Amino acid sequence: MGAALAQNLARRGFRLGLVARRAEELARVAAEINASDGTQAFIYPHDVRNYDAIPVLFQSIVRQLGGLDLIVYAAGIMPQVAPNEYDFEKDKDILEVNLLGAIAWLNQAAVRFDRAQAGHIVAISSVAGDRGRSGNPAYCTSKAALNTYLESLRNRLGRKGVAVTTLKPGPIDTPMTQGKPVAGRVTSIDQATAQIVAAIDRRANEAYIPQQWKFIMYVIRRIPSVIFQRLNI
Amino acid sequence: MSAISQKDAVSSVHNGVPDSAAGERSAGVALPLDRLERVAGWGMAVGGMGYVYRPSTIDGVAQVFEIARRTGRTVGLRGGGNSYGDAALNSENIILDLTRMNRILVWDPSNGRVTVEPGVTIQQLWRYAIGDGWWPPVVTGTSFATVGGCAAMNVHGKNNFKAGPIGDHILEFDALLPTGEHVHCSRDGNTDLFYGMIGGFGALGCFTSVTLQMKKIYSGWLNVDAISVPHMDGMLYELDARKGQADYLVGWSDAFASGETLGRGQIHQATYLAPGDDPYPAQSLRIESQEIPANLFGFLPASIIWLFMKPVLNDWGTRLTNLAKYMQSATLGNHKRYRQSHVAFAFLLDYVPNWKLAYQPGGLIQYQSFLPLATASPVYREILARSQKRGVVPYLGVVKRHRPDDFLINYSVDGYSLALDYKVTGSNRASLTALLKELDRIVIAGGGKFYFAKDATLQGATVRAFLGEERIRKFGALKERCDPESLLQTDLYRRLFGDQ
Ligand SMILES: Cc1cc2nc3c(=O)[nH]c(=O)nc-3n(C[C@H](O)[C@H](O)[C@H](O)COP(=O)(O)OP(=O)(O)OC[C@H]3O[C@@H](n4cnc5c(N)ncnc54)[C@H](O)[C@@H]3O)c2cc1C
Ligand SMILES: NC(=O)c1ccc[n+]([C@@H]2O[C@H](COP(=O)([O-])OP(=O)(O)OC[C@H]3O[C@@H](n4cnc5c(N)ncnc54)[C@H](OP(=O)(O)O)[C@@H]3O)[C@@H](O)[C@H]2O)c1
Repeated sequence: MGAALAQNLARRGFRLGLVARRAEELARVAAEINASDGTQAFIYPHDVRNYDAIPVLFQSIVRQLGGLDLIVYAAGIMPQVAPNEYDFEKDKDILEVNLLGAIAWLNQAAVRFDRAQAGHIVAISSVAGDRGRSGNPAYCTSKAALNTYLESLRNRLGRKGVAVTTLKPGPIDTPMTQGKPVAGRVTSIDQATAQIVAAIDRRANEAYIPQQWKFIMYVIRRIPSVIFQRLNI
Repeated sequence: MSAISQKDAVSSVHNGVPDSAAGERSAGVALPLDRLERVAGWGMAVGGMGYVYRPSTIDGVAQVFEIARRTGRTVGLRGGGNSYGDAALNSENIILDLTRMNRILVWDPSNGRVTVEPGVTIQQLWRYAIGDGWWPPVVTGTSFATVGGCAAMNVHGKNNFKAGPIGDHILEFDALLPTGEHVHCSRDGNTDLFYGMIGGFGALGCFTSVTLQMKKIYSGWLNVDAISVPHMDGMLYELDARKGQADYLVGWSDAFASGETLGRGQIHQATYLAPGDDPYPAQSLRIESQEIPANLFGFLPASIIWLFMKPVLNDWGTRLTNLAKYMQSATLGNHKRYRQSHVAFAFLLDYVPNWKLAYQPGGLIQYQSFLPLATASPVYREILARSQKRGVVPYLGVVKRHRPDDFLINYSVDGYSLALDYKVTGSNRASLTALLKELDRIVIAGGGKFYFAKDATLQGATVRAFLGEERIRKFGALKERCDPESLLQTDLYRRLFGDQ
């Protein structure tokens, strides 16, 4: 999703810094972006769990870009978890990538945007954060916690001209969902990207991707716990 | 993958990998986040984030150079931040703000010599010296500029035709170079640095003290004449004809007037009082007599009240106030003579707190061009006419008479300058930029020059055209000697001299 979003933003004149672990994959995406005129992407191989490296890396990226208008946290993992599996190492990993990495990166952005009295923070959470489903407790937890963190940021920074957007995708056709059982229809990456960009443009507080999930989750959030336990979602 | 991004891509060439310059410089140390601030040009049309350090001693300045080396950043010097554009900005790098180095070190009221730290403002200076009968030899339209910033830009006042730039009144200065070397410069020693650093826009070294020769005055008052002029040629003619008798001359021009009246406006001419003209100089030379009281409008001569109506900053509001102002001076005020304090004459706008906020949110760009006598009239008329044709009309035009000087980075002419304030809005930014590019060509073709303190839009090639290869080469050699690592940079420096 991050890669597709980068392509889209590059076409709209953004100068980009791309962060992920796999250098070759980053180089491939950047090369595609840089192949067209007037678009520009730089790459920074990095594991978001390497927290200590973040302040320096953040500063050098921003310096290379010449400033910062928008940060999108799209890193996330969702390993397969069996219904009776309680593997702490796996869970810890999920929380580190989906939540702690987000806090480490977005705190940096928050300080800067606070001082600048401008800026936009976006993070990809998930519909999974709206309820504690049986399938993947740590994943749901990571996204629920991320939602709360983003809401707090919004309440801190909103009055200072900084927008904070929580994106909540349903199942999207990306490597993450490949070969995994998913609940509901899978949305294409193009459609998801278009809706993400639209949400960024209108500086939405929160957006479900695609929008239909807003109504579905409205209902699901209201199902009483006693009933939710018996449902297979 | 996470994407972090910056809008409005610049169309530079790239290869998709972090560029080596940034790579080499970004050593593995972060700058403290508490230093991070948003810093904007005075005109509010350009700005960026920077890590701001405010040392109070020379050692403190040296330490900032060290921090820059250690963290792989550049250092941009900043005084009062009154440059309109990006001359005192250094986005994503270190900004060395000198306003806390603001002590008056030596003052001799018997000869008017004063030695100050670079962060001393013009306001501090006049307040300090006026009671002894001395006034800064050259002042800018704002008294919030620092002596260091004024020396670095080699500023001019409304007396440029007679007194030259401030550099002509600097006797000597000390500076700390990024190499760590302390230099003392005057017309007798280190002369190349003396003529290079004054006007050197903070790119060679940091002034640590500056010695000025102040101007003796015999009264706190100036004799002021207001003369209305019907068009640009009248404006230029009067400014030239009066230069023998005046101590200060400035023309205000209504940029909305067109056709026959293109460039019409009003000239303010001021002269010092001779010894004995003022029966009570000890009274008029008190700070209290100089300051403009809060009931501004009751006190100001009618001929300049229009300036304060500018908060009606839209095209029609400005048209009307400019017209009212012209009619008033043409019918009532022409050749009216009055007395005004030095402060009221020089720093009027400082006493209208935040008048520039009327230009928010887009800010303003001031476009000041310097033209020789021969070409000023056609070029200025063309500039005004084109602005009107493009529908991007400046709200204020100020005309001054200038004389040449001997400094290396040099905007001086035997001629005139016209400074135009353009309001920047979301919708006119593109057309304004295009217009200014056109105007650049017209000015250069007329043998004109530009001034970095007012600039936000010039291109490197334009600067090479008016400075000439020879001056650029000499400046490059000084840069190499004073700052071989190119530690001293600003956004303006990179814009105009980048990749050299
Ligand atoms: C309302 C208004 C009216 C003005 N009128 C005039 C005018 O009439 N005539 C005129 O000439 N200008 C005028 N100016 C422009 C202003 O005077 C100059 O920009 C001046 O340089 C501002 O001084 P500053 O201390 O604010 O310096 P800054 O704007 O902070 O810095 C100016 C330059 O000086 C360098 N610098 C600062 N301190 C040092 C130091 N210690 N050592 C070396 N370099 C240093 C900076 O790097 C930068 O390049 C006006 C500006 C305003 C806002
Ligand atoms: N796809 C869906 O159905 C769906 C639904 C709801 C929410 N989401 C959320 O959307 C976000 C993006 O997911 P996606 O579908 O695009 O998944 P994806 O295709 O697997 O992409 C995940 C991205 O995160 C990066 N990443 C993973 N671990 C990282 C680490 N430790 N450090 C740095 N980068 C790391 C990956 O790059 P490297 O491997 O190179 O590091 C990859 O670029 C995730 O937060 C996910 O939870 C997805």
